[in-house]
Amino acid sequence: MAFVVSAIVGLLLLAAVGVAASRIPFARGIVYGGTGALCTLLALWSVLSLAGGAGTEALALPLGLPWMTAHVRADALSAVFLLVVNLTGATASLFGWGYERAHHDARSGPVLPLYPLFIAGMNAVLIADDAFGFLVAWEFMSLASWLLVLSTHRDPDTPRAARIYLIMASFGTACLLLAFGLLAGAHGDYRFDAIRSHAPEGWAATLGVLLVLVGAGSKAGLVPLHVWLPLAHPAAPSHVSALMSGVMTKVAVYAITRVLFDLIGEPLWWWGGVMLVLGAVTAIMGVLYAMLQDDLKRLLAYSTVENIGVIVAALGMALVFKAAHVPVIAALAMSAALLHVINHSLFKSLLFYGSGAVLSAVHSRDLGRMGGLIHRMPVTAVFVLVGAAAISALPPLNGFVGEWLLFQAILNGPALPQWSLKILIAVIGAALALAAALAAACFVRMYGTAFLGRPRGREAEEAREVNAAMRLGMAVPAVLCVLLGVLPTPLLRLFEPATRLMVDAGPFDDRAYQPWFWLAPTSAIGNSYNGLVMALVIGVLSMVLVVAIHRWASAKVRRSIPWGCGYDGLDPLAVTQYTASSFGQPIRRAFGSTVFRARDHVDMPQPGDTRPARFHVTWTDPAWHAIFTPLVRLVARLADLVNRLQFLTIRRYLMLMFFALVVLLVMVAVTQR
Amino acid sequence: MTLLTSVFLQIVQMLVVLALAPGLTGFVRWVKARLLARRGPSILQPYRDILRLLKKEAVLAHNASWLFRTTPYIMFTAIWLAAGLIPTFSTQLALAPTADLIALIALLGSARFFLALAGMDVGTSFGGIGSSREMMIAALAEPAMLMVVFSVAILVRSTSLAEIADFMMSGAVGLRISLALALISLVMVAIAENARIPVDNPATHLELTMVHEAMVLEYSGRHLALIEGASMLKLLLYAALIGCVFAPWGMAGPGADSAAVIRGLATFVLKLGVAGVLLAVFETSIAKMRVFRVGEFLGGALLLSLLGAIFLYVSRGV
Repeated sequence: MAFVVSAIVGLLLLAAVGVAASRIPFARGIVYGGTGALCTLLALWSVLSLAGGAGTEALALPLGLPWMTAHVRADALSAVFLLVVNLTGATASLFGWGYERAHHDARSGPVLPLYPLFIAGMNAVLIADDAFGFLVAWEFMSLASWLLVLSTHRDPDTPRAARIYLIMASFGTACLLLAFGLLAGAHGDYRFDAIRSHAPEGWAATLGVLLVLVGAGSKAGLVPLHVWLPLAHPAAPSHVSALMSGVMTKVAVYAITRVLFDLIGEPLWWWGGVMLVLGAVTAIMGVLYAMLQDDLKRLLAYSTVENIGVIVAALGMALVFKAAHVPVIAALAMSAALLHVINHSLFKSLLFYGSGAVLSAVHSRDLGRMGGLIHRMPVTAVFVLVGAAAISALPPLNGFVGEWLLFQAILNGPALPQWSLKILIAVIGAALALAAALAAACFVRMYGTAFLGRPRGREAEEAREVNAAMRLGMAVPAVLCVLLGVLPTPLLRLFEPATRLMVDAGPFDDRAYQPWFWLAPTSAIGNSYNGLVMALVIGVLSMVLVVAIHRWASAKVRRSIPWGCGYDGLDPLAVTQYTASSFGQPIRRAFGSTVFRARDHVDMPQPGDTRPARFHVTWTDPAWHAIFTPLVRLVARLADLVNRLQFLTIRRYLMLMFFALVVLLVMVAVTQR
Repeated sequence: MTLLTSVFLQIVQMLVVLALAPGLTGFVRWVKARLLARRGPSILQPYRDILRLLKKEAVLAHNASWLFRTTPYIMFTAIWLAAGLIPTFSTQLALAPTADLIALIALLGSARFFLALAGMDVGTSFGGIGSSREMMIAALAEPAMLMVVFSVAILVRSTSLAEIADFMMSGAVGLRISLALALISLVMVAIAENARIPVDNPATHLELTMVHEAMVLEYSGRHLALIEGASMLKLLLYAALIGCVFAPWGMAGPGADSAAVIRGLATFVLKLGVAGVLLAVFETSIAKMRVFRVGEFLGGALLLSLLGAIFLYVSRGV
């Protein structure tokens, strides 16, 4: 425990180095190297702590308010999330070091001092053991990431993104503040231990839970509170985007888990139902949004929204099973949620690194300017392919294991007592399956337009492979994606203390014997999956196939020009090539025309007219359209009303004061009587 | 049944599906031709086609990447493995506990993922059309199929194919509305996934109507042979899957002797024959629909299967 605290202090010192970066030689190396090293150590610490059964360690630091020391505490749940944060923190430092060298913009704002601060803030949230410390750390994390977003303030889109992020972050923190106030109850003790022992009941508990879902959900990106996320995440430098998307959203998931599974005590079943609905809607909307994007990083940010939806749905499942006292299935859903937390942090950071690599080579985030990068950036292309396949839940990679576990939990839906939940879970199952299938389509579109095909611009044509640090930064999560897909059971074993802490059972509780290479979680439905054997069989079969083909088939290859649809050879400007928006058209038509009012506008010149035909797609975001725009209008109108007070005569100001005084005196008189 | 027998049966299974797949496709084509009052090519024609393609040189576009060249292998392996997982003549397969129905669907998803990527690799418009339409169809077909799996799995309390087949064979199920809904939905998915009429036409090369054929337009030689082989395997896979779940009779169960295995093989060939005739009759009696109607067709499949699953979720107690 003392180690975690000192590591956080170390990160703060590194931030100080970053502040004085211009005067210290090799400051960038020191900051990124130091942050990477500290993150690696913290990740190792959490693995060791989990492997050792993850006892709870608490510490009271003489910090903060005079009458209240800062309490910190690390249990199994904190350790799991510390692992997730610092694993990505380590790879992000490695990648970021290379990225800043390759893609340095002299006019950008400072990144070096804020980067370790951001990671320190996230770590501090995970070990906070009182509401005060939690909120301070939470704001620390939010503001550091907000400033990191502002580091690209020269981009025309950034100021708006940062403004909306700031508003949503303050809103989220305000909700959490109120929620902790409700949870602490009348005696006002803000230590988590006290909340745990005097958990509120009735409407206070329900209101507190809903406020946490809104407050932390806005940080995690639950629809309809996601609006800031796809604006702010892509605006930051790519390694910071990876941290914001892959990790900061997970800190919000941690907050939800901590309150709903730990602090609040016995849950009500319908809280889980709310989470299931929110999660499923978020998953489907997130992936449909992603399908409409032409901006590579924004697409990835929307895909984060989708994955957060899946995680929240899994947590909701764990909650309804916990409320129904079916702890083994609850543990299964909880394991699925935790596994998806780490899986998503791996492949999403990998994909954001990939987008950073592409950005530094092509100098654009627009899919319409990429193409054919598999030839010019072969190493990056392989790693991004692994990430895209993993996020599309293809076996034998890690994304599939999480999905498999989640579906196994869904299949146990009939074990629930509530009829409405049984029906709901079947529908949620269909929604999550739909989201997974759409995610595959979305990433075929992303990879197909960015890396395959022909270059759509001079910069894509002249792209170069990125430097070794960036490649290594992508290699680590890519290898882990494969490893966790093939051997998920040791990791689930590692996370078992956390599920035990949250739902009082482990996912393997009703199996006497569980070999380390086999995944067969519950006997309630006797299923099993073995990624290792599957990978081996796939390997053997493809070897047989390759040998057979090379033995018996013609090995001749001739290179030629493909059919260019009437052009002589391939058209030189690659205009006949499918673009990202043409690839998305069938799905846009099938799903988007009602939800997003997506319309294709074709401007076709008359025969004989030589101007080019134009095509563009318009769509509206229902969250903006239905909620935020009216809200903004309301706020503006209220502000206008209040604004009138600024232009009164002195007579009226005096009258106003007089009336205020009278009202106050009346109130005092009434209350004192 | 020892491990050795199950490994042996698994290898036999892998070879049987490989050997029968072109035969099934040839049979369907032959029956269709007869229904249209043509003589039609021999049932063995697909075997000859594949051998001919294997002998030919492969023509690649100048800018085709390694992904384009490896995709046929990846796709064939994934579908071959998936076909090998389905109990066809015996439920005692060595790989049965490795992967269940959900993994099987995901394996088919992998094959589709890579084929769709390969369609975009050269950068021609046909490949893009095919890939984007294929992914749209898959986006609806895959959840529908998963819902069918859910229905069956809740009934059997397992997603393992071997256990499903054993359970269905035991006759403990009886007739159920939800199973009927699941069957209809699975057939609709199978038609869409195998690019059959009315979703796609396997015999056309007309640009506005084709999906699967557009995606593989750039392939030739041994690569095309692998892709054609994989498509034939996929047709067999769906026929075997429907047979295994909804008509598992005649399969060799646990502890069966070699006579039962041979009987199982014979019934399997018979089932494939019936499936082939039904498919051919269906295809000749219906017209192809517009691509954008496919969404409604598959949305219907999804809703049917969801309805079936909901019936079961509600009706099965703890």
